This record gives sequence, C-alpha cells and structure tokens, in this order.
Amino acid sequence: MPRTPLEPRFTVEYLSILDSDGNLDSALEPDLSASELKRLYRAMLLGRRLDERMVRLQRQGRIGTFAPIKGQEASQLGSVCTLRPTDWMVPSFRETAAMLWRGWPIEKLLMTFAGQLEGTQPAPDQHDLPITIPVATQLPHAVGLAYAAQYRGDDVVVMAYFGDGATSEGDFHEALNFAGVWHVPVVFVCQNNQWAISVPLKKQTHSRTIAQKALAYGLPGLQVDGNDVLAVYAASKEAVDRAREGGGPTLIECVTYRLGVHTTADDPTKYRSEEEVREWERKDPLTRFVEYLRKKNLLEEGLEQQVDAEIAAAVKRFEAMAPPDVLTMFDHAYAEKPPELLAQRDELAGRLRGPDDAGSAPEPPSSPPMRGQRKTSRWQN
Amino acid sequence: MAKLNMVKALNLALLQEMERDEDVVVIGEDVGVDGGVFRVTEDLHRKFGGKRVIDSPLAESAIIGTSVGMALYGLKPVCEIQFSGFAFQCFHQIENHAARYRMRTQGRFHCQMVVRMPYGGGVRALEHHSESEEQFYAHIPGLKMVIPSGPRNARGLLVGALRDPDPVIFFEHKALYHAAKEDVPDEIEALPLGRADVVRHGRDLTIIAYGAMVRVAREAADTLASEDGAECEVIDLLTVSPLDRETIVASVQKTGRALVVHEAPKSFGPGAEIAASIVEGAFLSLEAPIRRVTAYDVPFVGFARERATVPDVGRVLAAARETLAY
Ligand SMILES: Cc1ncc(C[n+]2csc(CCOP(=O)(O)OP(=O)(O)O)c2C)c(N)n1
Ligand SMILES: [Mg+2]
Repeated sequence: MPRTPLEPRFTVEYLSILDSDGNLDSALEPDLSASELKRLYRAMLLGRRLDERMVRLQRQGRIGTFAPIKGQEASQLGSVCTLRPTDWMVPSFRETAAMLWRGWPIEKLLMTFAGQLEGTQPAPDQHDLPITIPVATQLPHAVGLAYAAQYRGDDVVVMAYFGDGATSEGDFHEALNFAGVWHVPVVFVCQNNQWAISVPLKKQTHSRTIAQKALAYGLPGLQVDGNDVLAVYAASKEAVDRAREGGGPTLIECVTYRLGVHTTADDPTKYRSEEEVREWERKDPLTRFVEYLRKKNLLEEGLEQQVDAEIAAAVKRFEAMAPPDVLTMFDHAYAEKPPELLAQRDELAGRLRGPDDAGSAPEPPSSPPMRGQRKTSRWQN
Repeated sequence: MAKLNMVKALNLALLQEMERDEDVVVIGEDVGVDGGVFRVTEDLHRKFGGKRVIDSPLAESAIIGTSVGMALYGLKPVCEIQFSGFAFQCFHQIENHAARYRMRTQGRFHCQMVVRMPYGGGVRALEHHSESEEQFYAHIPGLKMVIPSGPRNARGLLVGALRDPDPVIFFEHKALYHAAKEDVPDEIEALPLGRADVVRHGRDLTIIAYGAMVRVAREAADTLASEDGAECEVIDLLTVSPLDRETIVASVQKTGRALVVHEAPKSFGPGAEIAASIVEGAFLSLEAPIRRVTAYDVPFVGFARERATVPDVGRVLAAARETLAY
C-alpha cells in the first residue's frame, strides 16, 4: 500500500499592519475610533511609565523582585482591549499593562511585588485571576473557566497569557489539547519575547513558530507582530469574536521582545548582546504607534505628565499604608480555621503582645503531660 | 584552602567531580550560559561545553524524566530545579521513577542522580520562591534528602551525593548562599550521607535543626548558655532522610529534653518524625514534652509577613525555656 497524505500541508500566517518604520497596510487597518486609539495609547504609556517606576522602586528596596514588561505593551494591550469586563483574563506574571487595563489598581500591583497577599485579591466584580508564577500552570485554569462558562451558557470568552518558555511545559500542551477537544471559548496569547531568562527561543523549541503548535491540537494558530498594536488588536478581535460565536479556541503568538531584565534579579549581559537589544529598541511598540497617532492628530499634550501624576499618587497611597497585620495570615488558609491553626494563631498573638505576655499564653502542649515519667517504675521493669 | 561562600563551595564540588568523572552531567533551566540564577553552575558551561552542561527547555518534568533515562544508561545527572517551589512539576518523575527504579528492576537498574534545588525564605521573593518542602521528599522511600548548613558541609555533601548510588534530593537554602564564608579545602572532600553532626555539646536540652535553622538554633543555644546557664546540644542533621536516629536518640538520652526547629510547616513535617523517633528510642529519658518550632500551617504568607512565621531565635528561646522549666 502506498503512503497517502492525510493532512494537507498546513500554513502559518504572520500578520503585520503597522511596521517599525511606520508603514501602514491600510487595507488591514482596524476600525478603531479616535477615542479608542487614544485610550490604547494612554494605557501603553501608563504601562511603560509604571514599569520604569517599579524597577526604580525595587532598586530602592521599596518593593521586592519585579518582572518588567518594557517592550511588550502592544502585545498586552492590543489583546486585552478586545475583552469585555464580563470576559475572563488569566495572566502569568508579566502582564502589568494588561492588568491595569482590566482595572487592577496600581497599589495592588505594588503590594503584590512588596510581598503582601492583599495585592493578589481581585475586586468582587472582577473576572480576573491574579498573577500566576509557576510557568504555564494557569493555562488549564483558563480552559476550565471557559468550559464552566460554556456549561452555564454564559456569554464569556477567556484570554490567557504566557511566554515562549511556557510552551515547553506540559501544562501548555495539555491545556491546548483540552481546549481543542472541548471546543471552548479561550484565546491563548503567547508573548514570545525571544527569551526565557537566559534561554533563547532556538533552545526552547525546534519549531519554526510557536503559532504552529496549535495546529497539532486542531486549533487555529496565528503569528503577529507583537510590537504592532494594530496587528495584535486585529488578530485578537478575530479570535475573541470567533470564540464568542462558538468557533472554539485560538493560539496567538505575539512576536515581541523583552527590552529590560527578566526580573530585577537578572543580569542579561551574561547571555545576550547589546546589539540585539538595540535592534529591538528600533522596533519599540510605542514609537511607531506615536507616529501613527501623530499623523492622525491624536496625540494629547501633557499626557506623560498626567500618567506620571497618576503613578505618583498611587505610589504615595501605597507607601502611606499601615504595615500589614501579620495575624491575618491565618485568615484565608481555610474557610474555617482548624483547632491546630487557632492554637498557632494564639501563639503568634501571644508573641506579638511582647515577651511579658508571651509567657502567659504558651502554646498548649499537644501531647499529654509527661512530668515525672522517668520515675514511673512501671515502665522501667 | 580557600575562603568560599556556599555558592562557590557548591560550584567547586561540581567542578571537581566533573573533572574526575566524565559521567557527571549538569542539566536545568539557565544552568549553562547564565551559570544558574544563583550562579552555582557558573563557568561550567565554558569549561565543559553545552553537551555536559545542558541549558534545557523550560520543563521540570522532562529535566527529571530525561535525567532518569540518562541515569538508567549509566550517566550521573545533576539536575537543577530553579526553585523548589517548581518541583511539583516533576514530582511524578521523582516519585514514580527516580525513587523506584532500583526496586522495580530488582537491582538491575538504578538512578544515580542528584536533584539540586534552592529552598527556603528570607530573600524577599514572591510566592513559590520562599517555601520549604523537604517533608515531601523525606517521606518517599528510595530517595535521600540532604540539606547542608554552610559552605564546607555543602561542598562535602554535594560530592557525597554525587557519589551516592541512590537518587538524592539536595536542598540549598537561598539565605545561606552568601551568608558566610568558610575555609574549604582544595582537595576533594566527600561527606557521607545519613550522618548528623553534633555542632554544640551540652547536657540540658537537645536542639535538632538543619539548613538555615542551624544558625538560629546555635544562636539560641549561646544565649541560653550566657543568660540561663543552660547548656544545649545542637544537632545539625545534614541528611534529613535517612534520618540519623542514633545520634538524636543518644543525645536525648543524655539531655532528657528535645526541641526540633524547621522552616517547613508543622503538621506532618520532619519534626513529627524526629519526635516519634525520640519517643521510640529515648522514652524513658524524657523529662518534658518534645517541642517543635516551625513555620505555621499556612500557605505562602508573602514576604511582608514572612518573619512572623519562619522560626527565629526569639521563638526558639521561648520554647527552649519552657522545655527547660518543665
Ligand atoms: C514551573 C516554573 N519553572 C521555573 C520558573 C522560573 N522562571 C520564572 S520565569 C522563567 C522564564 C519564563 O520564560 P517565558 O515563558 O518565556 O516568559 P517570560 O519570562 O519571558 O515572560 C522561569 C524559568 C517558574 N516560575 N515556574
Ligand atoms: Mg519569554
């Protein structure tokens, strides 16, 4: 018997609308209103300025380790802006710009990176998961959310974020597979920023694109210029609309670049060249969008100062907060505290009252008293 | 003899064992060109090349899974899991396979491999970067669980672990990486696994600790000596599993009182096993209930609250005084 081809050769498309030299493919230009364009730019600028501020705050020891987003603003905002507030957003840990768009207050982001759990508490009406640090583990959650929404018959789309490195984890593949089998309304947004800490994409995967990984699971995959906010928007809109109409999941690969450090604990000079960074700085997503807006006469005077003032006010509120009450650490481990946890809470409360009081509230011995045990001859015989 | 911090001491162990034994290979995320996010594998990639010092794709499961395969073939992989909080992604490979191949094949195959992981808090890090999870590994038959407390024993234990024919989980406390420098001999020094070290002698109370808690225990013991006139014996476990029960029991038979300090949460932690071993081996010597000073039974609390849950000298002192006064 001959070998017969089962699948026709697949194609993976790359979408670019506004390139780094400012050339616009007007046939593909998305239909965004002046106010939508202005809002998008403001969000990109806020993302950029807050990012720079947070790196400085970390350097000054006012927050802990932070993962900057510089260079990835278009990937995040072009995609997240296609969601409705009732849709769900599932971030990894490098989505500050997208999280701001979704209504996370700056203070909460600061609290998160200052090691305060209050920072990861979504608002009651917010359909967002908090940041997830174990790479790729949030992706099955996104599929589960989408399944549940479909199960209930809700008009909901779920958008999940992750990096290029994340595509090596089993959870990524399992999530795509489930999403395909269940045909659920989820949009996977990969921010391919070329690096997973020190590991370049070519050591991460032998595939030519990340987008094509979708095809193995029977979903559409599209690669876009992730520094082109118009292209990311167009691709995301298409995917979100399709998901909303019952057309199932999509994988979007945003080709972008991490212009900054991996985290504030990282030294990129160990693994990548200055020239490479310079090259990508020329493709900065803000620069080309500014030019685009300038041509349309949509640039607002004093926007930078406005955004900086918003950040400064939030930092001020954050720094004015009282130090966290350590006793609340017991509050959310369980719905109801088991007896042992109550005992541990009492012990800490006793310690907090000071050395004099601490002695008066000793932890009750967890085993029965054994005083004099040694003298009990019954046991010695 | 050179004065080295723990990062450099571990690096020396790897370097010398790799020079000595071609079967030793290093694999993990960012262990090559970057030299590891804590620089423990610094320069090894340059010296031994990318075939022996492998920058793997981002997948803990495959790091351990492929290492099991390499070990079955006869290599001796040293895997780095970037933070112990991400080892749940490879827990099945460790438990289902690394720990069991010797048993499953009745001795025909075994996994001589070391899985290094930074663990522990106190470094102002985010969730999954500060936890202590030694109890999970200590509970698995077929595995050894090692935790050094300083540069010199870290070096010796890593060499010991590399030469041990069984799979070893090797925890490195992040707060100890740069905490102190010690004299580390130039010539290779291998410490045997499974043996605890009595780092302070005393007759009134036995304090059992490991990793970063050893310093806390010693400081508390010094204070008790100067302020209370009580002499504590401090045991540095070095190997959590298999547990050196003999050393612990012998000490408690002498002191009659015991206190265990660890950073892992209390319930079902190593302290429980240690306390049970004391009861089994030194029951008639006990003068007071065995105490445990541990982290509380809560998930990650955020580094802003971390100091309230990780045991410190004050907490050890308070518990020790109660035990002594019992
Ligand atoms: C399961 C897991 N393994 C390792 C890490 C440590 N780590 C944090 S980020 C990162 C690289 C992630 O790369 P990528 O997915 O490309 O995202 P990026 O950081 O570039 O945004 C690694 C290895 C982690 N957080 N989770
Ligand atoms: Mg990346």
